Amino acid sequence: MQQRDITLLMLIVLLTAIAVWVVWPGNPGVHVQLGPIRLDRDIRVHRGLDLQGGVQVVLEADMPEGQVVDSGAMAAAKAIVENRVNSLGVTEPLVQLAGSNRIVVELPGISDPELAIDTLRETGLLEFIDAGNTFLPPGTVVRTSFTQSGEYGIETPTPFPTSTPTPLVTDTPTPTASPTISPTEVLSPTVPPEVEATPTPEVRIFHTVITGQHLQAAQIGQDEYGRPEIHFQLTDEGSAIFAQHTAANVGSYLAIALDGEVISSPRIQNAITEGSGRITGGFSIDEARSLVIQLRYGALPVPLKVIQNRTVGPTLGQDSVAKSTRAGVIGVIVVLLFMLVYYRLHGVVADFALLLYGLVTFALFKLIPVTLTLPGVAGFLFSVGTAVDANILIFERMKEELRQGRSFASAIRAGFDRAWTSIRDSNSSTLITCIILYWFGSNFGASMVKGFAVTLFLGVFVSMFTAILVTRTMIRVLYAVGGEELTDSSWLIGL
Amino acid sequence: MTDIVGHRRWSFLLSALVIAAGLVAIGISYARFGSPLRLSIDFTGGALMELAFEQRVQPGEVRQAFVARGYGDTVVQTTLDEKTVLIRSKELKEGERAEIEAELRERIGPLTELRFDQVGPTVGREVTRSATLAIAAAAIVIMAFIIFAWRKVPHALRYGVCATVATLHDVLVTMGIFAILGLLLGWEADSLFLTAMLTVTGYSVQDTIVVLDRIRENIPKRRGEPYAQVVNRSLLETVHRSLATQLNAIFILVAILFFGGATIRQFIATLLVGLITGTYSSIFTAAPLLVVWENGDIGRFFRRLLGRSHARA
Repeated sequence: MQQRDITLLMLIVLLTAIAVWVVWPGNPGVHVQLGPIRLDRDIRVHRGLDLQGGVQVVLEADMPEGQVVDSGAMAAAKAIVENRVNSLGVTEPLVQLAGSNRIVVELPGISDPELAIDTLRETGLLEFIDAGNTFLPPGTVVRTSFTQSGEYGIETPTPFPTSTPTPLVTDTPTPTASPTISPTEVLSPTVPPEVEATPTPEVRIFHTVITGQHLQAAQIGQDEYGRPEIHFQLTDEGSAIFAQHTAANVGSYLAIALDGEVISSPRIQNAITEGSGRITGGFSIDEARSLVIQLRYGALPVPLKVIQNRTVGPTLGQDSVAKSTRAGVIGVIVVLLFMLVYYRLHGVVADFALLLYGLVTFALFKLIPVTLTLPGVAGFLFSVGTAVDANILIFERMKEELRQGRSFASAIRAGFDRAWTSIRDSNSSTLITCIILYWFGSNFGASMVKGFAVTLFLGVFVSMFTAILVTRTMIRVLYAVGGEELTDSSWLIGL
Repeated sequence: MTDIVGHRRWSFLLSALVIAAGLVAIGISYARFGSPLRLSIDFTGGALMELAFEQRVQPGEVRQAFVARGYGDTVVQTTLDEKTVLIRSKELKEGERAEIEAELRERIGPLTELRFDQVGPTVGREVTRSATLAIAAAAIVIMAFIIFAWRKVPHALRYGVCATVATLHDVLVTMGIFAILGLLLGWEADSLFLTAMLTVTGYSVQDTIVVLDRIRENIPKRRGEPYAQVVNRSLLETVHRSLATQLNAIFILVAILFFGGATIRQFIATLLVGLITGTYSSIFTAAPLLVVWENGDIGRFFRRLLGRSHARA
């Protein structure tokens, strides 16, 4: 037995040990610090959406006919969506650009997919608009100067027919609870009793005073009744404009609109100079949270629409994992038995190589990491079945060489050399189709297809390696150790 | 030695029969659905919902909720037990999904949403286009690869072409059988079907290459032997390995088919069919085709056909 074989054998044992450690469930991961280098990795199985439940949406830039979206705008939109996603508190979310105008978002384990999608997708443009003497009921759709022409701030007051009441409002605030704006008090839009939301006869463009870009920060708070409200602080520029406007317009309505829809319509009671305030609007806690997330990271530069939506409930996922694992185990056991019966001693070697192959591949899944989907698991199992192929090619070739009367040493060498070209060329075709599948999957957020492509690719790759290296070394060692007894027992070596 | 190549007429006949049956099914599908196979929402666009109730449900009841909102084309089926329904409809507008589920909860009883897929129509069309592209690309790339790898053998082009024809044969057989099952069992082709097809393509070529590799090796070793004999010999030498490998893969797939989750059952079944035809085509299609080409059988076949009709005329 050559020195090289012993070294390789040692390496194989080491590899096995490492693989077992990585694959062992409950692995704590690697957290080390060597001088300037810090390694902090969790080692666990990354499960795809179909295994742990969750939602995947594909968002597309909603451009008017024929317009192409700017790549800078898409990158900015992706960053904003990513920030919003991270704030949702989902573990392991995924946000990726797909193609030139799409964003794929994956939210594993989320409980309210609809609200989450809305949070991500809505543009999130907040505006404080000067409504003059008009009370705008929440839900009114308005056109504003900012969205029309980008104008905001202090405007020279244009003569509005403030004396004649517009058809929109019945201007009778109740004495007890009128919506007010004041620095300490709440912007609470208690709705005046007689309000009818009749459509405006003329299209009025409301002047935008400040927008969401003037928000320094926003948080959730509670009003005196425990209802959710939003506290905000303005930037310096925003505070200045706000102070000037509120000072000049005491008694007017300052409506708050989100994405062109009014959410609150309080009245200015006195000048606000500290640049902070609170918004209440009958929000549920979820709605408040959603709004704060949108405010915090800014409005989307380009509107997004949902073109694809896939939701998997958690129960289906868990069920699939259990069943697939069981099926996989059964299948592999049958394969191991078959190899044992058909190839006998060589079969033992093949079985060991196969088990090592499975361990190493699965360890790679945990380390890289590769997200496992259900088809991915099927791909992995399928590649176990075909990993055996390389071993079979080698053994059949060896049998032929031995039948022709070669010595063992040369039979082993010839077997491996001749089989290698076969193994290399045949597996290459599978690798090529995996690459094509991967390309297809990435363009459509079809993570199941991608998952399958990656696991199969990895599986085929590793199988080539274990077949040649591991099997060959073990057979050489076996014959070096067994020697004469083996050459006599042709049954044992499967001739 | 057994003469596989000599009996190639029978293998071609068998292939022709199976493919013909498949083509009939594809034709029927075209007539009924406008596409060669029953297509899932991945390709057509629309919405797919799977709901689990706690009691038995009548599909008609569930369908009402959709029809009332204008979705007349909705199809509702029960799956597994009578308590789970699979609903397929056109794309739902925003908020309607929640509305419908609330209404069903009220009218029928508590329910859990097992899954929900919605695909916009543009996406569906794009997926179809890319799918076709992907299959075409795979076929071309693989053919080029084989021609390159066999460049030192005389007539390298033949090997590439015959391997590709064998692969196309497998694609047709698998599609045909899937079309039949689509008509009989309502199976729908989705992205996973495409994945299975591409995997079958890759695997079929892999298997064919092993045979071609042996032929490549035997040709210089057996100068003087007629081509047909060399090919036949190569086939017999590799058949053990082909069958052994296939058996192992079949073990795994059958295990998953019976014991695995229901969601990938169609995927696994497609893989299984593809696997079997893949091995079959390497032995009984690709290799005999090489012989046919070498011997000029096709020309002779047509000449004889024309000759007979001439004689009758």
